[in-house]
Amino acid sequence: MSTSGSSAGPRKLRVATTSLAGCFGCHMSFLDIDEYLFDLLDRIEFDRSPLTDLKHCGPCDVGLIEGGVCNAENVHVLREFRKNCKTLVAVGACAINGGLPAQRNHLELGACLQEVYAFRDGLSGSGIPNDPELPLLIDQVHPIHEIVRVDYFLPGCPPSGAAFRAFLTDLIAGRTPRLDYPAIRYD
Amino acid sequence: MSGQFQLDGQAVPFEDGQTILQAARAAGRYIPHLCWHPDFPPHGSCKLCVVKVGGRHLSSCAAPAVEGIEVESDTAELRAERRALLQMLFVEGNHFCPSCEKSGHCQLQAQAYEHEMMSARFAYFYPPRPVDASHPDIVLDFNRCIFCELCVRASREVDGKNVFALSGRGIHKHLVVNAESGRLADTDFAADDLAANICPVGVILHKRQGFRVPIGERPYDARPISRVELAAGGREADE
Ligand code: SF4
Ligand code: SF4
Ligand code: FES
Repeated sequence: MSTSGSSAGPRKLRVATTSLAGCFGCHMSFLDIDEYLFDLLDRIEFDRSPLTDLKHCGPCDVGLIEGGVCNAENVHVLREFRKNCKTLVAVGACAINGGLPAQRNHLELGACLQEVYAFRDGLSGSGIPNDPELPLLIDQVHPIHEIVRVDYFLPGCPPSGAAFRAFLTDLIAGRTPRLDYPAIRYD
Repeated sequence: MSGQFQLDGQAVPFEDGQTILQAARAAGRYIPHLCWHPDFPPHGSCKLCVVKVGGRHLSSCAAPAVEGIEVESDTAELRAERRALLQMLFVEGNHFCPSCEKSGHCQLQAQAYEHEMMSARFAYFYPPRPVDASHPDIVLDFNRCIFCELCVRASREVDGKNVFALSGRGIHKHLVVNAESGRLADTDFAADDLAANICPVGVILHKRQGFRVPIGERPYDARPISRVELAAGGREADE
């Protein structure tokens, strides 16, 4: 993927995206900007993202983080993004408040795993998975601002395509992003 | 007796005995509030109605209107302070709006939208607050209580039942049900009690009613709570 903008026009903003403890719903909603994506691609290019399948993040202008932090790998990815992105954005309910995965926070983690892998009907009986490849779970799910500094928040579950569009338009124009009343939503 | 005071530089008339908030409302001016309810005496717990008079902070729901005072309300400073109060309410409870039946109808959420609360900023407490679904018609989701005591007061003073109380201090403060078992099913609570219909947030919910109103048509979907309330106030005055 080329990193140099074309000779004409302003340099493209380099944008990285990832989903931590999220459902990819925010990424799907991002794609809901439909044909505006073409305009956007004149102004931005993607670095690490599920859209490019790049596995690591280089220096970027903007990092969009979907999902909260539920395991050790999430912490590493989040720190990689913070280190490389000038502007880091928490996108969606899970990145902002832990969201659905954080609904386990009032349960003891061991009991939670047993409920899912040991006590349910119809299980193979192999118990709680402990493959060394699996990232270590954290006792509670946390929003990303509890781990790294976050510059902007884009709420919603997911934020609407219109909210993504308004937010990115402001960001590309060099303005502090600000959503109008109906675009600020937590559900 | 009556008189007038200045609210953000504009005159507001008042009758003797009115609070700053009541006089403002009667004049079609909005001051944000959460624990205040027109049919009950001021509770003074949420502080969202904070205003400044002569450089001092006052709860406008409780402070009497006084001739000639200059009241500040819609300032960047007070908006930021109100936002911080809302952020604290969010981290002290468990507010997962996407699964809350009150979403779109909730005053806490609507205030947060109007105050442009993009995140709760502080670290979340995630307090454990198991729900009580024992009652045939009502479910209690204690995760979302903001301790306004409207249900406590309505049940005790209007319904004559005394079903609810607050217990504990600080982060351990929580709503309890006045029954030996602590379960709502073991009280004489009924779905048409005032207390069952007064909670400004998503604690006291009617079963089999959730998500009836589609997203987009809920009270605070299109218009901020200040506009919804002023419109409703106008209607109330006509009735
Ligand atoms: S009570 Fe209000 S703020 Fe809390 S989860 Fe429900 S809708 Fe959201
Ligand atoms: S349950 Fe609702 S009405 Fe009762 S104190 Fe809590 S927030 Fe207020
Ligand atoms: S509305 Fe005045 S303190 Fe809550």
